[in-house]
Amino acid sequence: MRRLLLLLAFLAGPAFAVQPDEILDDPALEARAREISAGLRCLVCRNESIDESNADLARDLRLLVRERLVAGDSDAEVVSFVVERYGEYVLLKPSASGANLILWLAGPLMLALALLGAGVYVARRRRSPEPGAEDLSEAEKARLAEILKE
Amino acid sequence: MIVELGHFALILAFVVAIVQMVVPLVGAHKRWTSWMAVAEPAATLQFLLVAAAFAALTYAFVTSDFSLRLVTLNSHTAKPLLYKVSGVWGNHEGSMLLWVLILTLFGASAAWFGGNLPPGLRARVLAVQAAIGVAFHAFILFTSNPFLRLEVAPFDGQDLNPLLQDPGLAFHPPFLYLGYVGLSMSFSFAVAALIEGRVDAAWGRWVRPWTLAAWLFLTVGIALGSWWAYYELGWGGFWFWDPVENASFMPWLIAAALLHSAIVVEKREALKAWTILLAILAFGFSLIGTFIVRSGVLTSVHAFANDPERGVFILAILAVFMGGALTLFAARAGAMEAKGVFATLSRETGIVANNILLSIACFVVFVGTVWPLVAEMAVDRKLSVGAPYFNAAFSPFMVALAVIMPVGAMLPWKRASLARAMRPLWGVLALALAIGALVWAMQTGRSALGPVGVGLGLWVTLGAAVDLWSRTGRGAPGQRLARLARLPRADWGKSTAHAGLGITVFAIAALLAWQVEDIRVAQQGERFEVAGLGIELREVREAQGPNYRTSIAEMAVFRGDREIAVLHPEKRLYPVARMPTTEAAIRNGFLADIYLVIGDPQEGGGWAVRTYIKPFANWIWGGAIVMALGGLLSLSDRRYRVAAGARRASPGTVPAE
Repeated sequence: MRRLLLLLAFLAGPAFAVQPDEILDDPALEARAREISAGLRCLVCRNESIDESNADLARDLRLLVRERLVAGDSDAEVVSFVVERYGEYVLLKPSASGANLILWLAGPLMLALALLGAGVYVARRRRSPEPGAEDLSEAEKARLAEILKE
Repeated sequence: MIVELGHFALILAFVVAIVQMVVPLVGAHKRWTSWMAVAEPAATLQFLLVAAAFAALTYAFVTSDFSLRLVTLNSHTAKPLLYKVSGVWGNHEGSMLLWVLILTLFGASAAWFGGNLPPGLRARVLAVQAAIGVAFHAFILFTSNPFLRLEVAPFDGQDLNPLLQDPGLAFHPPFLYLGYVGLSMSFSFAVAALIEGRVDAAWGRWVRPWTLAAWLFLTVGIALGSWWAYYELGWGGFWFWDPVENASFMPWLIAAALLHSAIVVEKREALKAWTILLAILAFGFSLIGTFIVRSGVLTSVHAFANDPERGVFILAILAVFMGGALTLFAARAGAMEAKGVFATLSRETGIVANNILLSIACFVVFVGTVWPLVAEMAVDRKLSVGAPYFNAAFSPFMVALAVIMPVGAMLPWKRASLARAMRPLWGVLALALAIGALVWAMQTGRSALGPVGVGLGLWVTLGAAVDLWSRTGRGAPGQRLARLARLPRADWGKSTAHAGLGITVFAIAALLAWQVEDIRVAQQGERFEVAGLGIELREVREAQGPNYRTSIAEMAVFRGDREIAVLHPEKRLYPVARMPTTEAAIRNGFLADIYLVIGDPQEGGGWAVRTYIKPFANWIWGGAIVMALGGLLSLSDRRYRVAAGARRASPGTVPAE
């Protein structure tokens, strides 16, 4: 039975992301490792970070991140170490450099444009004549004056 | 035989759609009543034919007719009946058939309930709706035919992806599609209005219920999908900013904007061109979503290369409908003269601000979704855009929306005073800030996410309540309470939906800020502690499901010495699909969920176990359900039920505001 179970487990592969044996003893270091892992893409998965992924490659990367941390790297150093090896593709949060500036500025720039456009629109709406008293014909004005006099 | 009949019905539906597209349009142009009148029976007939085709395919799945290619690829005799039925739309071809079924259902509903529309507008709306139908019938028949037979029927099928063998699949896609495709009605109304060259208050009133219905289905669909991911994927994530999720989220955001701007058209006859544009874009994003999901272009460039025909076809549909509608818009939008005049501070400008924030939020999601593709093609950079980007770039707009929402909702039409609008809200603001600060003080050293979420959630939710209460006017509380019950459903709907957003905002922030996670090797019979709860792995046993093998763990949860729950997380293996899945065991709680996952047996004995405490998890979807409920209340407002416009003069049908 036990053998079958292990066989099953082998077939099934690792069942979930971070395994108990990967966890570092130092909770502060482990927390940093988790934080970094959440920003690194599992290269063979679909839109999953290595922190969430079950793939073997993700496990290797998680171990690598922890190794570098234990070796005393700062967070930024760990990330650039991984990026150097695997390319920009590994970053889930793309760097704000070069063409990527478009990506990062798209929202704020659009907001500025929209506010400008809305400002012009609202100003025009405010200034356009209120369909009311001014639109009355001569006869209507005379009638109005009559009513007001009464 | 039944399958062939279904196939034939689908081809007939295609032909009927062509007739429904051409004849009423010509009729409306020439004012030939008899030609216009073709639209309604054609819409009903088209729906019935597609329904017959869908029923035939369902029959093939239920009876496991493996001579049908689609059934062989996606079913298995051992699969439970529920999944045989839901498996109909658990694949590309079947889901497109569901898409078209819902499309024709909406067309038919417009024919059934559109009695109060002017005949010309109704004929044009149904013709545009049929044009969409023609495009998608052609797509199904020529690139994704579900009724293809195999020359040699295999003995058994290849089974459905195990992740999809879940009640979630039975409900999530139909609701999502009701939303996606429901936006086709707003689109048809917009294009019909552009062809007629007229948009007035009545148009705003006609288009709003359809948008409202689409939006509320989309809300439920997205919430169901998120909930499904939460319990199925094994670690309790509820939103991943996956292209496929974004595909459903973008139309939701635009539909929410459209919902609000259509009110301005209805009440104030302003923002007309903008509303038309939103109606076009909302469906545009639905089509983009369909393209993203169906072509697979964004998830993997290779998926697209494997089957470029479908992707190109949908892209062509997108180009024709968006290109056509936007060209028409450019030509005619100038004629949409706005009538209503309003001051810089008014309900109108509040809704403009709402629209700006929602549209830009959608724009940000769109840019983030397509950026990897653009960057690879334009500057040859292979990169990823994932959750951290969206969290950083998207959230500020939602926070801004939540901040202005209670104030904007209180502003009167035409001209408002901020001081007057804020008067009933100061108390709520003070309370929200105070409780936010209290939470901040209590959880020293953690992120600001929790307190900000609590403050915002309170501000929005209580603000919505104050809004409703202030509608009751002045007088003794007793009188006001009586008036509260008699307020129009639209008022109730508005406040309910706004409060729902507040609940969801709070819950997302709370879950992300205060979730507790524990990963360890648990020995059988040993108790370990997570966030004050004792957890014990009692045993793990093997079992056989209908079409899978499973290891079921029995785990007890203790508070102090008292056993509060026994949970059974599972690890399954589906041998036909050769795929493992984890079935988390969740104890749903009002304040927090206890979420247990069993992993692999360890070499030195014991099992890998993951424990999560997820505070306020259910409130995320609860908030979404409250939002949808608000939509439903608003939809049931009597001004949509009475023949709007036609009998406007009779007492009791006065617009609600």
